Amino acid sequence: MNFFTKRPDIYGLMAEFDAPEKLLAGAERAKRAGYREMDAFTPFPMEELTDALGIRHTKLSLFVLCCGLTGMLVGFFFQYWVAVIDYPLNIGGRPLNSWPQWIPVTFELTILFSAFGAVVGMIFRNGLPRPVHPVFNVDRFELATKDRFFLCIEAIDPLFDKEKTRKFLESLKPDHITVVEHVHTKDPYHQGED
Amino acid sequence: MAEHKHTTLVEQPEPLVSPKETYGSITDKIAGDVLSTKTPKAMMITLAITSALLLVFVLAVGAVLLFGPGVWGNNNPVGWAFEITNFVWWVGIGHAGTLISAILLLLHQHWRNAINRFAEAMTLFAVMCAGLFPALHTGRQWLDYWLLPYPNTMGMWVNFRSPLIWDVFAVTTYLTVSFMFWFVGLIPDLAAMRDRAKKHWQKVIYGILAMGWRGSAHHWHRYEMSYLLLAGLATPLVVSVHSVVSFDFAVSLIPGWHATIFPPYFVAGAIYSGFAMVITLMIPARRWYKLESFITDRHLDYMAKVMLATGLIVFYGYLTELFFAYYSGSMYERFMMYNRIFGPYWWSYWLLIFCNGVTPQVLWFKKVRTNVALLFVISLIVNVGMWLERFVIVVTSLHRDFLPSSWDMFRPTIWDWSLYLGTIGFFVWLIYVFVRVMPMISIFEIKHLLPWRGRKIDTSADAA
Repeated sequence: MNFFTKRPDIYGLMAEFDAPEKLLAGAERAKRAGYREMDAFTPFPMEELTDALGIRHTKLSLFVLCCGLTGMLVGFFFQYWVAVIDYPLNIGGRPLNSWPQWIPVTFELTILFSAFGAVVGMIFRNGLPRPVHPVFNVDRFELATKDRFFLCIEAIDPLFDKEKTRKFLESLKPDHITVVEHVHTKDPYHQGED
Repeated sequence: MAEHKHTTLVEQPEPLVSPKETYGSITDKIAGDVLSTKTPKAMMITLAITSALLLVFVLAVGAVLLFGPGVWGNNNPVGWAFEITNFVWWVGIGHAGTLISAILLLLHQHWRNAINRFAEAMTLFAVMCAGLFPALHTGRQWLDYWLLPYPNTMGMWVNFRSPLIWDVFAVTTYLTVSFMFWFVGLIPDLAAMRDRAKKHWQKVIYGILAMGWRGSAHHWHRYEMSYLLLAGLATPLVVSVHSVVSFDFAVSLIPGWHATIFPPYFVAGAIYSGFAMVITLMIPARRWYKLESFITDRHLDYMAKVMLATGLIVFYGYLTELFFAYYSGSMYERFMMYNRIFGPYWWSYWLLIFCNGVTPQVLWFKKVRTNVALLFVISLIVNVGMWLERFVIVVTSLHRDFLPSSWDMFRPTIWDWSLYLGTIGFFVWLIYVFVRVMPMISIFEIKHLLPWRGRKIDTSADAA
């Protein structure tokens, strides 16, 4: 969304389905109808939604690779620096750069850095921690972690129109349709923004 | 593992999740068990025993801190005995958790979804117990931070050429990665707990831990990638950890330790003992919490098969050790093996062969693998056997080394035993706490196994 455009009055419209196949069919129809700013909320991962929602393939693995390489270089050259430069120990005239013996620590640090990358990268790229979010305003949303499947068309979508989008969602025959309000904060410093 | 290769599947196996379960019933059952204030009676009774052992643990640690490692039976040739035995035993137990959660994920073994959470928790607690032993064995425990390389006024660094420092890195990395893997797996379930919790403080605690997870499809996409990457990273890690643990022995020159077979043999032994511990803990948990529709007899059957396969590798390791002691032509190696079998600790070697070589052979029979009571007893025997294996390797090699003038006997004291039994109490106690506060079965991964139109999970390839 452009920074200067006015923020829509509401966050979006949420449809609730009682089965994964209904959600999937709904998401595919919404895509055909031209909606792009959508999200689905499910109790377990549904790989089939990737296409329908136009989720771009994550670059997390590239990030993890970079983290792993960093760990490898840090691990190896730290040991090199310690054993060759900062604290050289002459053990029977053997070479100071005894790199085969540094492999275990180098390996462990590669794994450690990569794993941190995989976890931290996932959490922060997902925008978590975020305890407050507009979708939590939906009454029955706590069922999204149980047995209900939600499809949300966001108001920032160019095709979004309160009436037309609601009609469209009704045609998908969901159990409920809810207007998703923005988060109304009680924080006095931010009053009036919403 | 060999048993994955068998594809002679004739009958249709029972489903991995009982067909009467729905998305809702799975959540209600697993989350409800945690949120309910009722604790099974059998658990209360065993908790009393466990708590008593926990007190023994506090006492045993206190004794070492106050009076030093002299309270143990260690002496000059046997400089470490129970400490390293228990360390290796505990680390090994931890390995099954990573195997189940990471390696079986990569191999598309869907049955892991029912047991991975529990096994990962077991890994964490086992590694915590393991870490205690070397930390206490240092003697001046308040200086344990010297194990880490940090810039200091002494101008010194740790020796990166020593397997002992590799161990520090391997075990701390393992603990950290296992914790992250476990926590990432928990995030969606913590959100489910947050949404099910009735009391405000419960909602707050689970809410903070869930970090505002809302099950967004965009999030799931990245989440699954992260989980897969972690599994791919944990797989070589778990192999490396026990290899490094075996380097503690193999890099030295002591007869019976200086062997190239050690890394693979240790890794197989680790998985073997870990599966035994998973079975030991899972059977009562399944019964007390009535989890039969998630942890079916098929799951127990598979776990028993893995135990059998790894048990055979371990037994092969014993035979190889025998052969190499003979084939090396080294007087010391040959004497070491003779001393192991017929020396003063002969009973430990023969008991080991009974526990790890003979007992698992009954697992060839399906009747045994699906007999819960029998399987429980076998898993206990295997646990004892794997402890004996480390005891035999450590003590019989050390107590009679090259010079007969330095020979001596190791006799464990009451503090050796109390610290060992104490860590078992500590471990089981942590498991109990975990079962009471966290969903012990991964809710979302079990839901993932339910079939729906447009997607069918094919489980026929699962360890058939």
